[in-house]
Amino acid sequence: MNGIEDKTMQKNGIRVVAAIVAISGFSSAWAQSGPAMDHGGMNMQAAADATDAQDTQDRRDPHAYADGFTLDSGKYALPGPRQLSLADEHSFGSLLVDRLEHAQVTRGGPSGTAYDMQAWFGRDYDRLVIKAEGEHANGRLQEARTELLWGHAVASYWDTQLGVRQDSGLGPGRTWLAFGVQGMAPYWFEVDATAYVGSDGRTALRLGAEYEMSFTQRLILQPRGEFNFYGKRDVAHDIGSGLADGVLGLRLRYEISRQFAPYLGVERTAKFGQTADIARAVGEPTGETRWVAGLRFWF
Amino acid sequence: MRLMDVLAGQPRHPSRRRFVQGMAAGGLLAGISPVVRAAFDVGSAPTVATGGSAPVLSGTDIRLTIAETVANFTGTARVATTINGSIPAPTLRLREGDTVTLRVTNRLPVATSIHWHGIILPYQMDGVPGISFPGIAPGATFTYRFRLEQSGTYWYHSHSGHQEQTGMYGAIIVTPRDGESIRADRDYVVQLSDWTDEDPQRVFAKLKVQSDYYNFSKPTVDDFFRDVSADGMAAALDKRRMWNEMRMNPTDLADLSAATYTYLMNGTTPAGNWTGLFRPGERIRLRFINGAANSFYDVRIPDLKMTVVQSDGVNVEPVSVDEFRFGPGETYDVLVEPQGDAHTIFAQSMDRSGYARGTLAVRAGLEAPVPALDKVEWLTMGDMMGRMEHGAMAGMDHSTMNMQHDMPGMDHGAMAMPMQHDMKGMKHEAMAMDHSQHGMMQANPLAKPSQKVRHARTEFGPSTDMRVDMPRTTLDDPGIGLRDNGRRVLTMADLATVGGPLDKRGAEREIELHLTGNMERYTWSFDGLEFGQSTPVHFRHGERVRVILQNDTMMTHPMHMHGMWSELETADGGFQARRHTIPVQPAQRLSFLVNADAVGRWAWHCHLMFHMHAGMFREVVVA
Repeated sequence: MNGIEDKTMQKNGIRVVAAIVAISGFSSAWAQSGPAMDHGGMNMQAAADATDAQDTQDRRDPHAYADGFTLDSGKYALPGPRQLSLADEHSFGSLLVDRLEHAQVTRGGPSGTAYDMQAWFGRDYDRLVIKAEGEHANGRLQEARTELLWGHAVASYWDTQLGVRQDSGLGPGRTWLAFGVQGMAPYWFEVDATAYVGSDGRTALRLGAEYEMSFTQRLILQPRGEFNFYGKRDVAHDIGSGLADGVLGLRLRYEISRQFAPYLGVERTAKFGQTADIARAVGEPTGETRWVAGLRFWF
Repeated sequence: MRLMDVLAGQPRHPSRRRFVQGMAAGGLLAGISPVVRAAFDVGSAPTVATGGSAPVLSGTDIRLTIAETVANFTGTARVATTINGSIPAPTLRLREGDTVTLRVTNRLPVATSIHWHGIILPYQMDGVPGISFPGIAPGATFTYRFRLEQSGTYWYHSHSGHQEQTGMYGAIIVTPRDGESIRADRDYVVQLSDWTDEDPQRVFAKLKVQSDYYNFSKPTVDDFFRDVSADGMAAALDKRRMWNEMRMNPTDLADLSAATYTYLMNGTTPAGNWTGLFRPGERIRLRFINGAANSFYDVRIPDLKMTVVQSDGVNVEPVSVDEFRFGPGETYDVLVEPQGDAHTIFAQSMDRSGYARGTLAVRAGLEAPVPALDKVEWLTMGDMMGRMEHGAMAGMDHSTMNMQHDMPGMDHGAMAMPMQHDMKGMKHEAMAMDHSQHGMMQANPLAKPSQKVRHARTEFGPSTDMRVDMPRTTLDDPGIGLRDNGRRVLTMADLATVGGPLDKRGAEREIELHLTGNMERYTWSFDGLEFGQSTPVHFRHGERVRVILQNDTMMTHPMHMHGMWSELETADGGFQARRHTIPVQPAQRLSFLVNADAVGRWAWHCHLMFHMHAGMFREVVVA
């Protein structure tokens, strides 16, 4: 790989990061889109919120028609505790394996296996979320990130997530507190932005975005990007401060069913700034192109 | 499980065609009554010819037994829940004025119930577990007893879990005490329903994970380039802009499609071709009942006019149409006078993924051409935003720059047609507004339903994905997919109940509730509150109350209030029609008057079963 290519990659990377930051910044504004939101609405909902803001006092009390009756008290209520509960009071759950893939670096380079999954269990607006992502190569786990989070719905398309993250693999393990937002930005970008605080004053930020382009009802192209920032250098993990690494990928999947889809794809990884310097110093590549083949499935 | 025994050793992979069309000889395999078996023997003959499907029970003392029965509509055997072993359940032919006793025995391993849809009766007899009674425990028999105070076409179904989806529905015909005023030579129940081989609970769980799981009409890159080449890049982008910004799907027409459903007419698959026989020159009454769990149907009989004479069991001034749309819970009685030897009864699902079909024929085995499914039409801006008045736009706050910015996009391209349609409605609206200004002079502020939109404070949060500030208030829109289709399509504005309202009193009070949801999360609610977080709506005994429903979602919701009639009115406050189930279209605001004369607790919900289960459900207390 040569320097020019590297720089181009870096520039593009930065542009993408800027875009993602813009989107997620926008999203968090979104997430707060309550009565207070009035930033000259970027779209209809924001606009609607803005006008609604003036009419806040006009908002109805949804319990105003109850006159003191409740579902389990008052005249004609069946004796005992409430018997009827619908799905809003039941828990559901799902495990999505977004990527389970074999990755092969070009020109006979190394290969490995990567996974990226997310599980949730709970109700509509509060749920337990588990995220796990990692890579396995050369007979051992290279790096893995596992998060246990409480997901809480805060806006139509956005959940906040609060919990812990554990890193494992090569180098010493790291534990972080995690706080992030996950949801869908306008134009159907699935965004996942999480900030982390670890021991010894370590901080990190992870931004990810995915998009789905349907060529047919079953053939779907999924562009995907992820970028990691760190507040300070972590020598044990060959990480410098600032924007450290990123990946842009394209995966073309065929949904044999909605729940089961094999895919082929390609992705480009890159290291930036100090992290790239560290890589160069130890003679490791600062970027790779990988071909991937894998499965996306969920239960 | 018994099902596994049935399946053992014979894994089947039905072809897609068979899945959608169903098996010609589909139906129940075991545990069925002799009557039904006979019907299916006919059904499995090379030429299908059954004059009716469900057995008929009549009298004043009826026994119904609910049990698991193996059914096979697609080539795969599944466990159904049935009433007296048939799908549909027996047609109950009752007489107005009679006091009927219905003993319902539960042979299921779980609790069950039967709700008599549209029948006015004491709340303890209404059959909603947890509200009217505790339900019918396994092995138990519950005795329903009530006097029939009405006549017409109704139906009954389970109100427990997803049992309605798995086969528990049947027709009720109440003959008028003073003799039938609608004259017909033949009388058929045409009950439409939907069947899935999947476990409905699993279907629901899938929707919670991916709400467009069953939508195979989503916009594609291909569609985009087709639009680009037809209308240019700018128009193609404009057409998509708002949907993309709002993260809404313009083909979100139904939650469930033929990807899981086989659509049934009188419990018969399209391949099975339910057939109603007639002699040339006869006038036939067809009692259409939408007994589907989650499917709106658009019904027509090509080349044959249908005269609608009754809706929801109540006679209406006859109106001649080519087509009507109805949702789960609604009924329409029509008269037809077939000209040919065979006519197809065609009922396509609202999302155009499939259809139920049957035939009116002079002899068994005849078929008429089956029309192609209509094309999937994108929802319009009007379906999302309501009225598209420029005036109203201008009247909005200046901070809504983007809204105005969006307007040029809406004027162009694919929106042109619906726009025109809405424009028509809009003028109407403007006239209504003028009237209302005169109305201001009158003493009674409740003469007309209020037009001022008031959202509940609980509508501003994760439980909703849109709110409509300028709803449509006209009743003359046939709805998405039926506008300007060249056929005369029934609308609510065509319905005029014979004899007028039950009560000449006007509204004494007005309550407003909004129908809400978040498609991405697959949550459905009133005012942004699912049932579990809600409180009952209290009607004072004896009052006449106006209920305003505003639909802040992109789907049509058939709203069914138990126990009392919903007397639909126009935006001017004029009486329109007496109904038990009122479909509220996207971005529509409508109102109806209720005589709160039935004490007790009643269910009030969207009759799309999956919306009801998600929480679009309220309790009404009349006290």
